[in-house]
Amino acid sequence: MSVAEQSIAGAEARGHGFLASSVGRKIIMALTGIILFGFVTVHMIGNTQAYLGAEPFNHYAEFLKTMVHGAGIWIFRAVLLTAVGLHTWAALSLTLDNRAARRVGYRAQENVASTWASRTMRWSGVILAVFIVYHLMHLTIGNVHPAFDHANPYANFVKGFQVPAAAGFYIVAQFCLGLHMWHGVWSCTQTLGLAHPRYDSLRRSFATGLTILVVGVNISYPIAVLTGFIR
Amino acid sequence: MTKNLNLTLHVWRQKNAQCDGKFVEYPAADISPEMSFLEMLDVVNEGLIRKGEDPITFDHDCREGICGACGMVVNGRAHGPKERTTACQLHMRSFKDGESITIEPWRAEAFPIVRDLMVDRGALDRIIAVGGFISVPTGSPQDANALPIPKEKAELSMDAAACIGCGACVAACPNASAMLFLSAKVSHLGLLPQGQPERYTRVRDMVAQMDAEQFGTCTNHGECESACPKGIKMENIARMNRDFMKASLTYRPATFGGGGAG
Amino acid sequence: MELNSHIPDGPLEQKWSKHQFDLKLVNPSNKRKYKVIVVGSGLAGGAAAASLAELGYEVECYCYQDSPRRAHSIAAQGGINAAKNFQNDGDSVRRLFYDTVKGGDFRAREANVHRLAEVSNNIIDQCVGQGVPFAREYGGLLDNRSFGGAQVSRTFYARGQTGQQLLIGAYQALERQIGLGKVKMFSRHEMLELIVVDGVAKGIVTRDMVTGEIKSHLADAVCLGTGGYGNVFYLSTNAKGCSGTAIRRAYKQGAAFANPCFTQIHPTCIPVTGDHQSKLTLMSESLRNDGRIWVPKRKEDCGKPASQIAEEDRDYYLERKYPSYGNLAPRDISSRAAKQACDEGRGIGGTGRGVYLDFEDAIKRLGQNKIEERYGNLFEMYERITDENPYKVPMRIYPASHYTMGGLWVDYNLMSNIPGLFVLGEANFSDHGANRLGASALMQGLADGYFVLPYTIGGYLATVKPEARSKADDPAVKAVEQTVTDRLHKLLSINGKQTPTHFHRELGKVMWEYSGMGRNEAGLKKALEMIPLIREEFWNNLRIPGTGEELNQSLELAGRVADFLELGELLVLDALHRRESCGAHFREEWQTEEGEAVRDDENFCHVAAWEYQGDGKAPVRHTEQLSFESLHLATRNYK
Repeated sequence: MSVAEQSIAGAEARGHGFLASSVGRKIIMALTGIILFGFVTVHMIGNTQAYLGAEPFNHYAEFLKTMVHGAGIWIFRAVLLTAVGLHTWAALSLTLDNRAARRVGYRAQENVASTWASRTMRWSGVILAVFIVYHLMHLTIGNVHPAFDHANPYANFVKGFQVPAAAGFYIVAQFCLGLHMWHGVWSCTQTLGLAHPRYDSLRRSFATGLTILVVGVNISYPIAVLTGFIR
Repeated sequence: MTKNLNLTLHVWRQKNAQCDGKFVEYPAADISPEMSFLEMLDVVNEGLIRKGEDPITFDHDCREGICGACGMVVNGRAHGPKERTTACQLHMRSFKDGESITIEPWRAEAFPIVRDLMVDRGALDRIIAVGGFISVPTGSPQDANALPIPKEKAELSMDAAACIGCGACVAACPNASAMLFLSAKVSHLGLLPQGQPERYTRVRDMVAQMDAEQFGTCTNHGECESACPKGIKMENIARMNRDFMKASLTYRPATFGGGGAG
Repeated sequence: MELNSHIPDGPLEQKWSKHQFDLKLVNPSNKRKYKVIVVGSGLAGGAAAASLAELGYEVECYCYQDSPRRAHSIAAQGGINAAKNFQNDGDSVRRLFYDTVKGGDFRAREANVHRLAEVSNNIIDQCVGQGVPFAREYGGLLDNRSFGGAQVSRTFYARGQTGQQLLIGAYQALERQIGLGKVKMFSRHEMLELIVVDGVAKGIVTRDMVTGEIKSHLADAVCLGTGGYGNVFYLSTNAKGCSGTAIRRAYKQGAAFANPCFTQIHPTCIPVTGDHQSKLTLMSESLRNDGRIWVPKRKEDCGKPASQIAEEDRDYYLERKYPSYGNLAPRDISSRAAKQACDEGRGIGGTGRGVYLDFEDAIKRLGQNKIEERYGNLFEMYERITDENPYKVPMRIYPASHYTMGGLWVDYNLMSNIPGLFVLGEANFSDHGANRLGASALMQGLADGYFVLPYTIGGYLATVKPEARSKADDPAVKAVEQTVTDRLHKLLSINGKQTPTHFHRELGKVMWEYSGMGRNEAGLKKALEMIPLIREEFWNNLRIPGTGEELNQSLELAGRVADFLELGELLVLDALHRRESCGAHFREEWQTEEGEAVRDDENFCHVAAWEYQGDGKAPVRHTEQLSFESLHLATRNYK
């Protein structure tokens, strides 16, 4: 475009909505990310009951199914599904925008500040999506489980992880979750504008701490089953 | 006196926006370590002109790191390997004898290549034109000291105002996003009391224009911050996001007749 | 040629307000019928373009850079003066006026300078309103610092980037008007000719630097805010793109060129490192507050590291020669003293053209922290460029071409002798006389652009009819356009062996050697012999690869060098004819026994304005007598 005819293309776009704007979609991404990380954290805490034995664990599972007269779990599922949907949509559309923003790349590009985690968000996200589907089929629906029993979640949990390939996939997926969370938790505070030099180191530590806790505990389940600590 | 350098350059050559470009190899012989990077290119260009070949085109003007005209990706880094240094202030002592140097233009769809290493950064001007200002016609302001501004605020505003508009943040961003540039302007004006009346329309309009210009989006990598020759901080992006949220949540279509910016 | 300065009658203090009232006005609904061209987008041009558009005129603005934000005003470091008297230290409009006239060694017009001092306060208000983040005190009010040539603190600043911040203020105002469609911006466009029809400025011819298209642009008035011609010395603190082309073209079309020999050499720049040097970087003058300037007493010591030269073998020459002002002697005086020391073979550094600026004593006295607090960013910049740590080894500095006080002649309305051609900022000659004080360039550029031209141009436009604007197919316009095309064609078809930079460098050497810090008749005459030789060689042995119909940086540069080759000669000619020493113009024949400048008020208390007579013909020197009614002519003394 000739510089002489500087057109203000945005003038028409100015009325455009929150969801259409790049920053708006980033905010959706951050908010749904918080829901999902929150869920993952609660999920991790709930599952620690596996270490208490079959009865408390099954009791906990029963509670989840029956809370609010059985509606609770569906409310949860609806919220999560919506969050996953919006998160994926935002990720996809932003990724397409970013690809379009640089069609010809550099011959040499040295990364200085970005991390492996930040650069692989898209891939860790995709692996996590695949994992979630598998995880649901494995331990919720049970159709890829060797011996699924609707009445005994604890047994499903133990028997499911006794298959080394399944346990292995869980462990790999947890590493992806770790990468995704480590950048994601920090990144969503940035996107939501929660930055201040005084608390910046805290943001990093919080992301690191939460990631290590969630991933560490989650990985401990398949390991505990494989090593026979949980039977 | 340190010894002069012999280097091999791999330079992106492209005749104009329509043509395809390619890398061309040039020797840069007997280069003094005291030269700036652009002076090294001058020497190469003088040689090319004497041979009747087209010299390498690149933008440059003040050559003291303030005008923001120069900019090229040197060995994969915007403005080269030295931190907080524009290409014009980068000196050849940062390179080793015998080294190969790859020199590429800023790469972004929003910055079409004009020729060789020169790109069109008009998109940044157009972003300013929609809202990167305080509407204050000549002659209208009150006395300069009528409005006390806390020193800390003025300093923070100055930190952001130091942006030279070179586009290195866009070049370094894996997504070719201009968020650091925008946020520097939004912070510069938004931190000052004078900038309050237009604070929220400003951020909305500038973001809309940024999107229309085909810049990428911010995924918080932080490459922009480390490439910025003026040390503009990512904190500004967070501040802009805050303002954007507020602007979007409190937006109401103009109900008065004409002249409304939103 | 008649040079009528059109200075209004009445007492000095009332001239401007009286004149503002007397100026004719253009009816608000008629303003949009007038079209104004502004060339240059710096403090003067950018401010003018924005302000004129706000008033309702149709404005077109041109700059050679890729964005109006890059104009070289951006590089000014120190600050901007204003007579606010916020420090309660006795400042006033009159004092700022007095300091500026005295600093200019009584070679500026009283009325112009007084107006400058009057509007200086409005500038600060305007800039603060735009969001310029000036330095502030803890109470939230504006801070000031002191600067050379004044005994009050009146300089407003934004760290070491005042020019940048003021320019961004003007740029944002300009972009706002561009966004509103009131200004049409033409970046990467270079003005290559002024169109004058029947003695009136009607437009310009530009080259689109991307496509090579040559085009005429017509308007009811043309304003040049194209900066100075300091690059005539090749090495200077100016940006690489700064040129004298616009004003040189206007001069050729009949505009008088005033005081071309008034060029300022700044004493504290980082020295040249070799032939490859493409520009020089200024180190703020403020460093001289704490640094001590010296060279070795003996030539033999020059090769040694500074630390191995004993205290008694060092010559602190400014402290020796000017005991009361010492290292803070004015720019012209310290520049000449440095040159003298180096001419004696006592210069330091690889090229022998440098002197030390030493902070050892200051660090001992105040501690490194204090020095860091005061000059940290400057020390950092110095280290980035030289790779030497100035906390450990003394800085090396040398004078460099910095600013040109001379420029196109303008009257009180900033209009040149060609009706319809206005000249602003450094491009005109008006306010700094023979020497500019620190922090005054920004003040003048913005004064012209925001607060003078928007009034005075109305007075002119009210007398012309928009219908009288020339048309693009006018034969007179076409003829001018053709001369531009022919000239470019001529440059492209020489097909010699040397690069444009080669000739620029050759010219620079001559200018610096014979017309730099010290000038004498023999040297100037020698330069007048040498410049035409370089020019001849240029037109016979220049090589420009490529064509004119594409982006061609060699062609752009060649055009500018061609103009510098003419301007340089004019500068030398003016220096030869001004047989006195005043301000930055130092004629070695006119000095006291102690080496101080001797002014000749009897014969040279005037502006010299040169009129072009045609190629190969000597230009005619006209004079405009300067009269001092409010101030008494006095001799500067800094002993």
